[in-house]
Amino acid sequence: MRIALFATCVGDTLFPRAGIATVALLERLGHEVSFPEAQTCCGQMHLNSGYEPPALRLARKFVDVFATEEVDAIVAPSGSCVAMVRDQYAGLAQRAGDAGLRATLAELVPRVFELSEFLVTELGIVDVGAYYPHRVTYHPTCHSLRLLRVGDAPLRLLAEVRGLELVPLPEAESCCGFGGTFAIKNADVSAAMLTDKMRAILDTGAEVCTAVDSSCLMHIGGGLRRERAGVKAVHLAEILASTEIA
Amino acid sequence: MRNEFAQSARDELANPQLRANIRNATHTIRERRAQAVAELPDWEQLREAGRRIKERTMRHLAEHLEQLERSVTAAGGVVHWAADAAQASRIVGDVILATGEREVVKVKSLATDEIALNAALLARGIQAQETDLAELIIQLGHDSQSHILVPAIHRNRGEIREIFRRELPGTEQLTDDPAELAEAARRFLRAKFLAAKVAVSGANFGVAETGTICVVESEGNGRMCTTLPEVLITVMGIEKVLPRFADLEVMLALLPRSSTAERMNPYTSLWTGVQAGDGPQGFHLVLLDGGRTNVIADAIGRQTLYCIRCSACLNICPVYERTGGHAYQSTYPGPIGAILTPQLSGFTRGNSLPWASSLCGACYEVCPVKIDIPSVLIHLRGRINREVDGYGEGAERFAMGLLARVLARAGRYERAQRLGRALSKPLERHGWISRRLPGALGGWTEVRDLPAPATPSFREWWRGRR
Repeated sequence: MRIALFATCVGDTLFPRAGIATVALLERLGHEVSFPEAQTCCGQMHLNSGYEPPALRLARKFVDVFATEEVDAIVAPSGSCVAMVRDQYAGLAQRAGDAGLRATLAELVPRVFELSEFLVTELGIVDVGAYYPHRVTYHPTCHSLRLLRVGDAPLRLLAEVRGLELVPLPEAESCCGFGGTFAIKNADVSAAMLTDKMRAILDTGAEVCTAVDSSCLMHIGGGLRRERAGVKAVHLAEILASTEIA
Repeated sequence: MRNEFAQSARDELANPQLRANIRNATHTIRERRAQAVAELPDWEQLREAGRRIKERTMRHLAEHLEQLERSVTAAGGVVHWAADAAQASRIVGDVILATGEREVVKVKSLATDEIALNAALLARGIQAQETDLAELIIQLGHDSQSHILVPAIHRNRGEIREIFRRELPGTEQLTDDPAELAEAARRFLRAKFLAAKVAVSGANFGVAETGTICVVESEGNGRMCTTLPEVLITVMGIEKVLPRFADLEVMLALLPRSSTAERMNPYTSLWTGVQAGDGPQGFHLVLLDGGRTNVIADAIGRQTLYCIRCSACLNICPVYERTGGHAYQSTYPGPIGAILTPQLSGFTRGNSLPWASSLCGACYEVCPVKIDIPSVLIHLRGRINREVDGYGEGAERFAMGLLARVLARAGRYERAQRLGRALSKPLERHGWISRRLPGALGGWTEVRDLPAPATPSFREWWRGRR
């Protein structure tokens, strides 16, 4: 399959390892991966902060970049960025009265996937041949859980990873408190939510907390680092890309 | 941006007793709700039916309200129309004064809290006695509500005992045993019920077809108020109208399971105008607009008015769970309050509330009438940025605009990545910034390390491998 990677601005700039791992994993599974270099950001932060015109501009940019790619699928290692494209772009186009954009989206959006749902639902794979000898707990991020409804796809993938001990996270479905600019605008509430999430993670005794969103992992991982908790936040793609040789 | 919520939340977060009280209460009720809902195989269809009833009602609201007026009038009631809080309070006061009474008993009611009726009546020499146990605790404690269903959720029984001992005569020996506390309230309220000639209520539903008003409750105090006095005055938000009596079938299945996690609430009072020799012989219905017609005019915001005040969204909300209700400074706290308060006020109050959410979406999932609260929150953030002074301007607007211009071109974006890397170089260790940063990022670095722009970026790595 020909797959274009949407690395996302957070992934490209701050967490390139998630994108690199996605490329390694998809190529190992026999797919052809491209990275359209004109891509930047989906515009989620702008829209969610109440700035629709720049969000629309970035949505158009995303569509310009990916609609012209001759690929079967566009895959991103991010639940919330894919949810932005899937749930919000059509509304942006409608409110802008842009029929052309709506038509392009109708063709494009069904080919845009978050990594774990792409593997399990589209490719029908749960065993990706990974090896990761660590105790791991999984945090279902809100947008992957409630907007994309990836369900247990990440857990099914993790269950097949050799050497990995998967431990359930108490109150897993509680938000970690990231929420984009919420983490800054309502920093105290965000910190209170993070504290409870970190406590739940530490209670599992896991060495690693994983998720499908780099942004939530930035928040959780940044908190764990500040506490010197000794638990790492690692993107699911990195775990799935790990093998016995590498 | 003026962030009143962040400031008041800071005070509430500093109170560990409050956080423990609210965490315990919300976790208990949310688990029970999940069980109560899981009993019904057709819960999703019920939610859809509830939403459709509300959608259809709101589309022809004026017609349904006029039919309600005709039905209530035909059944011997008197209908009053109130454009705003002041007018509604004035009407209620006028009706009470015309009876010659100076004391009224009240059913728990959000509409009358919203219009601050008790204070308005007191200014005219009328004492309004709350009879719902939690509302009584609030009233006696000179406190304010922090939850729409359980207004005293922030109080534990030790605090309630202290309030009762201070305010109720003959309670010197009172312990904090819940049964004893309830008994003390019961003795105090019984005398009030027997003496009251006038009662004031809200309404959960008002049926246009029949003119029937419906109030659901758990304690029976509402039933006392709606049956014993000679005159009953109901204040009802105009969005509470239902076209047909049969619509209650759906709503009365959705509401108790979502609010108290009960299959059926203990008391459902239904009355239609005045019945000779049975119950109050005078009935007044005050239909309150209070900003609601403006909400209807907003195609996305309109669904806010579908709310049946179950409080499931408060109980599931991770923000409400940490701050409690007082941080919202509104009759309506939690996710529904965050979208209802600014809209009802015409964006004169509660404008920081739409940002009081991480957009986790848990509220939408539990809403019995499928209000897409996260989408309304995002929509309101945009409206407030565009329409309200002090929002969507200054440094944030500049930064967002600049960022969008940078992100619109990959070349600019990449130069910005390199600039960010250069700026963070002196601050970072092993790829993370641990020190406290000034300005907007200070909120982040207060409790978390911040990742520095990576070397290489993904795109640099990509270019290098080819």
